[in-house]
Amino acid sequence: MTERYPFSEPERLEVDPGYARTREGEGLTRVQLPYGTPTYIATRYEDVKSLLSDPRFSRELAVGEDEPRVMPYVHRPDALTTMDPPRHSRLRRVVSKAFSARRIEALRPSTQQIVDALLDRMENEGGPLDLMRSYALEVPMLVVCELLGVPYEDRDRFHDWSSVLASTASSGVGVDELMRANEDLRAYLGKLIALRRTEPAEDLLSVLAEAHDTDDRLTEDEMVSLAWSVLLAGYEITAYEIGNFAYTLLTGPEHLKALLDDPGLVERAVEELLRQVPLTSASFYPRRAAEDVELGGTLVRKGEAVLPSMMAANRDETVYPNAEKIDFSRDATGHLAFSYGIHHCLGAQLARMELQVVIASLLRRFPGLRLAVDVDDIPWRKGSILRGPLELMVTW
Amino acid sequence: MSGWSVEIDARTCIGTGMCVGAAPKYFQRKSSKSVPVHDHVEPDEDLLDAAFACPAEAIRVRDEATGDVLVPEA
Repeated sequence: MTERYPFSEPERLEVDPGYARTREGEGLTRVQLPYGTPTYIATRYEDVKSLLSDPRFSRELAVGEDEPRVMPYVHRPDALTTMDPPRHSRLRRVVSKAFSARRIEALRPSTQQIVDALLDRMENEGGPLDLMRSYALEVPMLVVCELLGVPYEDRDRFHDWSSVLASTASSGVGVDELMRANEDLRAYLGKLIALRRTEPAEDLLSVLAEAHDTDDRLTEDEMVSLAWSVLLAGYEITAYEIGNFAYTLLTGPEHLKALLDDPGLVERAVEELLRQVPLTSASFYPRRAAEDVELGGTLVRKGEAVLPSMMAANRDETVYPNAEKIDFSRDATGHLAFSYGIHHCLGAQLARMELQVVIASLLRRFPGLRLAVDVDDIPWRKGSILRGPLELMVTW
Repeated sequence: MSGWSVEIDARTCIGTGMCVGAAPKYFQRKSSKSVPVHDHVEPDEDLLDAAFACPAEAIRVRDEATGDVLVPEA
């Protein structure tokens, strides 16, 4: 039997019981997404990890018109997220150094400055104010603009492109509109990279331009695709994760209190929130079997697709007892919020650092932080691959 | 003695699986971390690619003849 997927339209940060049902059932469950061929979905921790690290499961083979997906557009084959080794290794090596733990740690002081300046502004303005607009969306935008070398003045354009590009089947956004946003953003980034060729700067766009020009390690399209991925992943995904973390803390007084009582808990708290908070409305980036492979009690035939659900894996009771509950005393490392294997999130260390600085600084500045609206009146994002509050009115 | 030595610092490893996915011949999962399959290996560019990809820079590859550290880059 083939089930429809997503199992349901997401409500706030609730998780559909379909994930637990398939995780606890036999074998892999077969599902049909709004676009593409039917696919299996992997929901157990071990299965998801095997799927993501077994080279017999190819990302490249899954890409195209028939890719099982919730988003209307077909992914380009020249992005990090759509490649297998050895192309993937070559491309990733160009940018991986810029995102290493050491490099990212060096960005912590400037991130702290960005955050402090925003908190100053919020304090001057006074509450109630919208935490999304004043803080959650601002921090990642400023950080990613600085890292990439994109002018902050253009933030409204990015915001619009980014919102459109995260649309899913239920959004009502047409393929034409998606493709137009995509082409506009690519053309914009292409122009910026061209500028760096004549005037290199200390930023990632310059690193990309140099890899293309001097080492011939990147094609023109690959260069733009890399910048595209970094900008989109670095901005909205982090912004909504900040929003979701804030929402979770503000609606879970015991967690908020734990962090206020012991600010040193922030690193653990961020890992636990990464594990427990469902950021996306559905799974994406399926793999296709390059040969027959047995996975989770099912023989996946050559050419068949399997969709990894990191969210379901992160709630696997055999790995994380009482997985639905947030528990800052738990060792959540090993969670799959950033995926696993060669496609492990390039920006994971950056996201961790940003989330730590953002949460710790917010609570230090406003220990009395609380919602300024009824929890049922918070508007949520719909028709997007990302979940999160559209507006989060707070006061202190 | 020719060849390379491979080590993963268990304290630095954050278990991203980058190395395991990129070069299963050389790296494997062990609980929530990754470990080398062999401590000593013949030189191979695939191993270097996988080692360079580690975001935690937890993988150390040394040329045993010269003692040079090939990964991580200084």
